[in-house]
Order: sequence, then structure tokens, then C-alpha cells
Amino acid sequence: MAFAPINKNYHDFFVVRDKDACINCQVCVRQCSYGVHFWDEARQCVRHDNTKCIGCHRCEALCPTQALLIQEKPSNFKANALWRPVFIKNIYKQADTGGVLLSGMGSPADIPVYWDNLLLDASQVTNPSIDPLREPMELRTFLGSKPTRLEFEETPEGPRVKTKLKPNIALNFPIMFSAMSFGSINFNLHIAMARAASELGTYYNTGEGGLHQSLYKYGKNTIVQVASGRFGVHRDYLNAGAAIEIKIGQGAKPGIGGHLPGEKINAKVSETRMVPIGSDAISPAPHHDIYSIEDLHQLIYALKEASEYKVPVSVKIAAVHNVAAIASGVVRAGADIVAIDGMRGGTGAAPAMIRDNVGIPIELALASVDQRLRDEGIRNNASIVAAGGTRCSADVVKAIALGADAVYIGTAALLAVGCTLCARCYTGKCPWGIATNDPYLAKRQNPDIAAKKMANLMKAWAHEIEEMLGGMGLNSIESLRGNRDKLRAVGLNQIELDTLGVKAAGR
Amino acid sequence: MKKIYPNKEVCIGCHLCEVACVTAHSKTKDHILAHNVEKAQEGLAPRRNVAQEGAVCVALSCRHCQEPMCVAACISGALTKNTETGRCEYNEEQCVGCWSCLMACPFGSIRRHPFKEKIVKCDMCAGRDTPACVEACPNAGLVFEDRGSD
Amino acid sequence: MKYVIVGNGVASVGAIEGIRRVDPDGEITVISEESSPTYGRPLISYLLAGKIGPERMQLRPVTFYDKFKVKMMLGTKVTGVDAKAKTVATADGHNYPYDKLLIATGGVPFIPPLSGKDGSGVYSFTTLAHAETLIDVAKNCKNVVVIGGGLIGLKAAESLHDRGVKVSIVELAPRVLSAAFDDKAGNLVAKRLDEVGISVHCGTQATEIKRDAGGAVQGVTLKDGTFLPAQAVVIAIGVVPASSLAKDAGITVDRGIIVDDSLASSDPDVYAAGDVAQAKDLILDENRVVPIWPNAFNQGFYAGKNMAGAASPYSGGLAMNAIAFYGLPTVSVGVVNPAPGEQGIEVADNLDEEHGTYRKLVFKDGKLVGYVLLGEIDIAGLYTGFIRFKFPLDAETKEKLVSGRPSILQWPEGFFDEQFNPVGAQEIV
Repeated sequence: MAFAPINKNYHDFFVVRDKDACINCQVCVRQCSYGVHFWDEARQCVRHDNTKCIGCHRCEALCPTQALLIQEKPSNFKANALWRPVFIKNIYKQADTGGVLLSGMGSPADIPVYWDNLLLDASQVTNPSIDPLREPMELRTFLGSKPTRLEFEETPEGPRVKTKLKPNIALNFPIMFSAMSFGSINFNLHIAMARAASELGTYYNTGEGGLHQSLYKYGKNTIVQVASGRFGVHRDYLNAGAAIEIKIGQGAKPGIGGHLPGEKINAKVSETRMVPIGSDAISPAPHHDIYSIEDLHQLIYALKEASEYKVPVSVKIAAVHNVAAIASGVVRAGADIVAIDGMRGGTGAAPAMIRDNVGIPIELALASVDQRLRDEGIRNNASIVAAGGTRCSADVVKAIALGADAVYIGTAALLAVGCTLCARCYTGKCPWGIATNDPYLAKRQNPDIAAKKMANLMKAWAHEIEEMLGGMGLNSIESLRGNRDKLRAVGLNQIELDTLGVKAAGR
Repeated sequence: MKKIYPNKEVCIGCHLCEVACVTAHSKTKDHILAHNVEKAQEGLAPRRNVAQEGAVCVALSCRHCQEPMCVAACISGALTKNTETGRCEYNEEQCVGCWSCLMACPFGSIRRHPFKEKIVKCDMCAGRDTPACVEACPNAGLVFEDRGSD
Repeated sequence: MKYVIVGNGVASVGAIEGIRRVDPDGEITVISEESSPTYGRPLISYLLAGKIGPERMQLRPVTFYDKFKVKMMLGTKVTGVDAKAKTVATADGHNYPYDKLLIATGGVPFIPPLSGKDGSGVYSFTTLAHAETLIDVAKNCKNVVVIGGGLIGLKAAESLHDRGVKVSIVELAPRVLSAAFDDKAGNLVAKRLDEVGISVHCGTQATEIKRDAGGAVQGVTLKDGTFLPAQAVVIAIGVVPASSLAKDAGITVDRGIIVDDSLASSDPDVYAAGDVAQAKDLILDENRVVPIWPNAFNQGFYAGKNMAGAASPYSGGLAMNAIAFYGLPTVSVGVVNPAPGEQGIEVADNLDEEHGTYRKLVFKDGKLVGYVLLGEIDIAGLYTGFIRFKFPLDAETKEKLVSGRPSILQWPEGFFDEQFNPVGAQEIV
């Protein structure tokens, strides 16, 4: 066809093939799930169609002779500070399709990343730094409600804690794998997360897609999620994990629900989610039984009853404008853990407008929630887990200094297994075998390798956290939590400094 | 003794094993020269081949049987079983191209040389610590390990 | 343990390797009438054709017998077996005691009662000595008639043709290769032979070998009256089991020596393997003499293991032949000519005359039991696997086999991992 629709011609990437290096092995042809590379029978060589390239770099990564380079196509448009190419292209697309713009992964929008404005302290002269290789360093973290005060009693065997302690979960270090449902990512990665969490002594979160029977054996390192669609929720499920999480919202798409297309519902997903094969799985925007804090209270206690008060109940909310007040209500409703998901959190599919324009950054949300709970004297009633946009161990340390007990990582875990943030998760054709249930693609994630990589990432971060703690003269992660004196900020205005509760660098 | 074990659960059908095999058995040991020059000149062909049926694929080659049918069928002494290394060894000099082994192997692991009246068969990369195909596999769809006798 | 092996063919080599898998030290003696170490018997046609030299005939390296600690008695004829005393007598007057004896004497060429067959100029083609003789014969002959259009006959004809001799083939059956091939395959081969200039006379038979007054061969007269002038005749009709030793020792012999699954004869200490043995067939539920190379090696190998005390049952022989005629590769395995009207048989074939390829599959009771391939033969082994492992076939798999797309991934679930990925192959979780 000589004519291609305008949005085809303004494609985002192009393929550079070094013809001297190409050996026509067709590895790229087989790896590309978007049909970019193809065998040209007439010319007897491998060729490509740039218009189809989504920039996942799978071909580039597997080319045995490094003959491929994927480049961003330089803008075809006249420079315009307002009408940046992304807006122009989006309009072309929507003019063709009449549809909502879909996207995947976290927002790439240029919104301030406060982690980059925050700097950590270190000991010099007046207090000694600690070498974590030579001295003990405690990263162990307990999530759940803590008592405000402890009462003891004397017994013939000695003193005993009289206060009844609420259930907590213990983490060897303050990082967990965040909720990514089975369906949005495939089973191989669920196995991998389950194995990595078990090996490391931390937790992974099932997401809203339920838990396949074969993964129950990893239950003591599993957080089972209950979301608005209630997929896969039943008594055994609620008792299979070490904690239960009610998902109210998601940072990437606050205020809207989810939609797992029928094509992704294969036999195993169907079995796990308890929905028919091939039918769409729609998570409503709200929980239709929760229209108030009192309703949430009812659900929290229903779940506690169902699990006989043996496990903590977490409530996950998206970071929105009134997040501090909402978090306060959540804690008062009986949540043992509040998970706050910032606007840069990932997603398998979200309308681009929502993803890029709704919610607030996690740094500000976290600081204001921690402060609010302290001010109200209920900070001990619940742990805070920060999610959405944690890129490195320093981000983890900064989050804890801002008041988090632990962080959830999702995108980072997927990057560890090859994700290149091409953001086409919603197509189900993920060439890296992550956001796909296509058996041919899904097996690109070997659970053994994926588990190893995820575990490696967490171990590496844990080592770095120990180094940073030691440098600050701290020997326990407990001593860092909410310790904003260990942070200074650069390039922020006074309101931002106040919200974060952090002094400007130099002060 | 160590052998190559293919795992169809994680074979991704990329055929990098075949690429590595051709290069490993080339004179130049260079991907580009092996494929772009030697393949046409010498008839280099992979000793490992990926089979695919729908979404399932797996990279197959000689499994170096304990009691190999190819050795039983070989009329020229080109194929022998080395009980010390576990390899079914092939001496191209001896081969007369009678295709008896190719017919007898119930695993279809032997093919004809593209040009010569000779066969092409996996030698488990004699001389290398790890076979080239195993090294090249991006997903551990081929592993080289000792699993006991067979 | 004393092992004596009579015969020095491939079954004998198989037996040596089989014994040594189990018993590294037992005393092995091989007694053979032939005077050379084991050679690749089918290679005699390559030798006769001049494709290889005598130095490449050896089946195993010269170090083989030393390495396997085998005592070789070459050029020694065995005259009798005393099964009671457990000894083997040789023509040079020695007696060799044994604990376990293997009779691997092979077959002898079958010579039909044909006028003029006795005397010079009439040859067989089964041994290295025969090949060496024919190399000399070819130098002095213009025309040779080969009686027998089977595999040996055709290979003899092709080899002599390569030596510059004008060759005619005489075959009783209506086509060449009647046992291994069907009409279509046989005709494709006949066409190829005709193209290179080998004349084929099928559906007739030789009635007389004509000789002149001095006894020199003049030619062959056929039943239809045709006279084929020739200075030499090669009779290649087939071989019959050389079972007289066994018969004389009181061992049960039918067409060949009857053996059980351990390759033992009616005497538990006497085993038989190779062309002399009538052993289990993989497909047919009976013992058969299938005088082909791989069966001989395997029978020898399993006989060796069982002789050395391992309980290692022989899974059964499978008729198979792979031969190339002037660059046309052919493979024939299992049942290829089912009896007309046989129950449960289904045949699918595909002839591509343009490319000279042919594929025929024979199914019985939903399983593959035989096939013929001409031209495109690289997938042969996969078909052999379907026969050997006796997989029941569903319609989809059968269709793939028929259309020339067999794959190991069509095997029943579980069997692949059993064979290729035996441990650690459990479902991933």
C-alpha cells in the first residue's frame, strides 16, 4: 500500500541494521512480536518495517553480531514549546481511532522527581560512621500495628509481656515486590517473585488476580490482595498469605478501575481469578461496598474475621490531593499497614491522560501522611509502605527517612528481568515475556533466571542500604525511619521543603 | 558425565544455539565470516536444530545415547561410542555417506551435509569446556550438566 | 569367565562391546574363518566402486582388540561345537573351552541351481575377498550380468559400472528392490539406473550361464530367450544363515538359530546374533531372520551383555535399509509392502516426479509401522522413532507425518522429557 495513515508515518523509532554485520540468522525476526523484522524472500535477506517498532530493544539485545541499533526517530515537526511532538502524534492517533489513548508502565511525564532533590547525610568527626562489613547492621523490619506502650507482668519464670501484640510480618530488609496481578504479568514471573521473596525473607504481593493453588506453598512470603473486582478471593486465599491487602487505588490510575481483556484470560488465569476463560475481567473504579471510612472499617474487620486475626491487613491507596486525611481515616478504620502508591507507579494498562495527570508524587504524599499520623498520635497504629517510582537503594533510604517503614518495588523488579519500559504492556505482546500470557512469549521468562535476578537486585540494594546507613552512623533501619534530619534538599521552594519536612542543604 | 539437556518449557525458539553451533564449527570462529562466507563455501550447517510446534519449541541435537542406534547402524566405523567421555564420536574421514545412521537414529538427530556425502552431527563441542549452544542460550533452555549415567 | 565368539562380523564387534560394558576382565576369544579384522561389510561396494581404498575398510581402529582385551584367531575355521563339554573345535585341531559361546557366523550367499553356475567366472558379492576378486575381474571384462535386483545386486551393479563395465541386472520380480521398496520407489530407482546406462531385466530369470569350450563364461540366457553376453556373472540373490554349526551341536534351528530375548539359543550357554540368528522382530510378533547390519550389531551387543550376566532384553530388530543409487538417497524401514487386504492397514504416499522424491508411510492400527523415502531423507530418523517407540497417533499427528512434517514435539506428553530432559523436567513451579 503506497499510502500509510499519517500516524503510521510519524512513528517513534527506526531500526539501523549494519548490513556488513548482519548474518541473516533471523533471530530478530523470531524475537519481534510486533512483526518489525521479516525475511524478504525476494531479496533473500532480513529486512524491517520501521513503522511497527515500539522501541523494546529485544532484537538489539539478542542480535548475535550487534548488527542492530534502535533509535528514536528525530522529530519531523517544527519546534514548538507548547505543541510538543507527543501531543501532535496523540492527536493524529485519536483522529484516526476515536479512542482513549492507552499506555502502560509508570508516567514518563516531566514532573519533578523529589528523590533527586534530596541528599543524605554522613558522619564526620563528631559521630563515628559504621562499617557494615565489620559490625552488625539491622535491616529487619516489622510491618503491622505496634502498641503505643507495653505492659509487663511478673511470673515465676520472670517478667512477661502482658500487652496483646497485633500480628506483624517480618522483612529481612525493607523492600517488597509490589502488587502485579497474575494476568497482567504472567505466571512465570509470579513463580519468580514468590521464590525470590522466599529466598530473601521478604514478601511479594499477588495483585488483584488471585493466587494459583500451586503457589500456596510460598504463602508465608505472600501478601494476598483484595480489590474491587474481588477476583480469586475466597476463604482459602485469604488464609494462604502472611498479610491481606485491600486495594483501593493505584498510583498510575487513581480513581479508575481495571480491565483485563478477555484475550488474556487463559485457563490458568481463569482458574485463579474465578472468571470464565475469554471473558473480560473488569475491576470497578470503587469498591461498591465501600463509600465511606465506616464501610472500609467493615471490610477490614470482615477480612480480619475471615483470617482469624492472624495476619495484618493493609490498605493500599493512591497518592491523591487529600492523601494525608484519607490515610488517617484508613488507619482509624483499623488498617495495620497503609500502602501509598505515588503517581509514577506502574500499570499494565491505563488511559495515558489519567496516568500522566492524576495524583501526586510519592515523596510529598509520604511525608505528609507520616506527619499527619504523627500529629494525630496514631503513627504506631499502622506501618507505612511507599510505592511508585523507587529506582535505586538511595530512593529507598530517602523514603524511609521521609517516614516509610518499607517500600514496594514493581517497575524495578520488572526492569531486573529485562523490561525496557517500552510501555506497551496493554497489548499483551510484550517481547520480553513479562506483560503477556501468550505461551510463546511468556516462556522468555525462565522462572529460575527471573527469580535469581530479582533476588540479586534486592540483595544488591540491601548491601547499599547498609553502606548508606553505616555512613550516617546508624546501625539499624529503625533509627532512620522518619529521621528527616538525615535529609537535606536542593533546588526546592519553601512550601515543598515544609511539606517534605526537610531543611534546605546548607541549613 | 556431562551432557546437554534441552528444556522445552523455557526454549524461546530464538535459534541462537544454531548460530553459535555454526560459528563454533567454522574455521574462522567468527560469526560474520562463518555465516556470510564459510556457510556458502563449506556447507557449514548447525548440528543443533530447533523444532517448533505452535508455541512449543526446543533445541534438539544428538543426545549421545548410552546405546546409540547410529553406532549400531554405522557401516564404516565413522561413528563410535566413547564410554569414557560418554560421547558418540564421529570421524568424518571414515564416513562414506550411506545414511544408515540418519535412518536408524529414532531422534532424528543426524542430517546430511549440505554438499558432501557426509553427515552432520553434534560432537558436544569437543575441545570446549561448555558447548557453544549452551553458552549461547539466553534462557537456560539448554543446560550442560551431569545427571548420572544417561 | 571365558567367552568364545565364532565369526568376525559386526555382530562379533557388537558382542565384544556388549561384554565389556558389563565384564571388564573376562577372557574373550574371537575365532574367524576370514583373515582380516572386522571390516565394514557393506563397504565392499564402495571399495569395488573405487570410492574408498582398502585402508578404510576397518570397522574399528587397529587398537580396538587390544583395548578390549580380545584374543583374535583369524583364518581359523571352526569345525564343531561340543555343547556338553562346552568346547569349540577348530580345523587346526585345537579345542577352545567356553563358559558362554556366541555363534555369529552370518550368512552364506545363496546360489540357485542354475545350469553353468559351477566353474570360473561366476562370483558372489558378500565378502572383502569377493570385492577384491571383482576388482580384478572388472579390469578384464566388458560385460557383466548381475543376477538379483535386490540391494546387494544393485550395489554390485553400480560399483562395477563405476569400474567401466557394462552391467545388466536380471531380477525375477517385476521390479528391482522388491523386498525393501514398492512399485513407485522401485521404478524411480530403475529410472535412475537406466539413465546411467545399467540395463535392468525384470520379471524374468536366468536359465543358463553359457560357457565356451574352454569353460569361459560367454553370457546368460534368460527365460524370455534374451541372451545377455558377459564375461562374468555375479550372483547376488541373498544369503542364507550359516547355521550348520548350531544344527550339528543339537541346537534348535529354523531358518536361522532360534534365540530368545536374551539372544540365547536352545542351549542357555550358546547365543547367536546377526544374520545367522532368528530373533525377535520389533513390529511382527514373531522371530525372523532379518539379515541387516544394525540388527546384527544390536543382537551382538545385547547377546554380549546377557552373556556377561546383565539381564538386558533385546527390544527386537527392525528391518531397515538406507542406500544411495547414483546420488538418489533412499531409506526403507519396517513394513513397506503390507499384504493386500491386511486388516487395519493404511497407506499414504506422495510421489513428486519433478524433484524425484517419494514418501510412503504405512500405518497399522493407528501406529506407524513402516516407510519409504526417496530423495528427501533427512527426516527419516524421526519416522523411525515413531515406529520404534510405537506411538499411537491422533489424526492431527498422522496428518503431519503424512505431509512430511514429523517432529519430536509430536511425541506423547512426558516422553520427550523422559528421553531428552530426564531429571529436573517436572512442571515448573
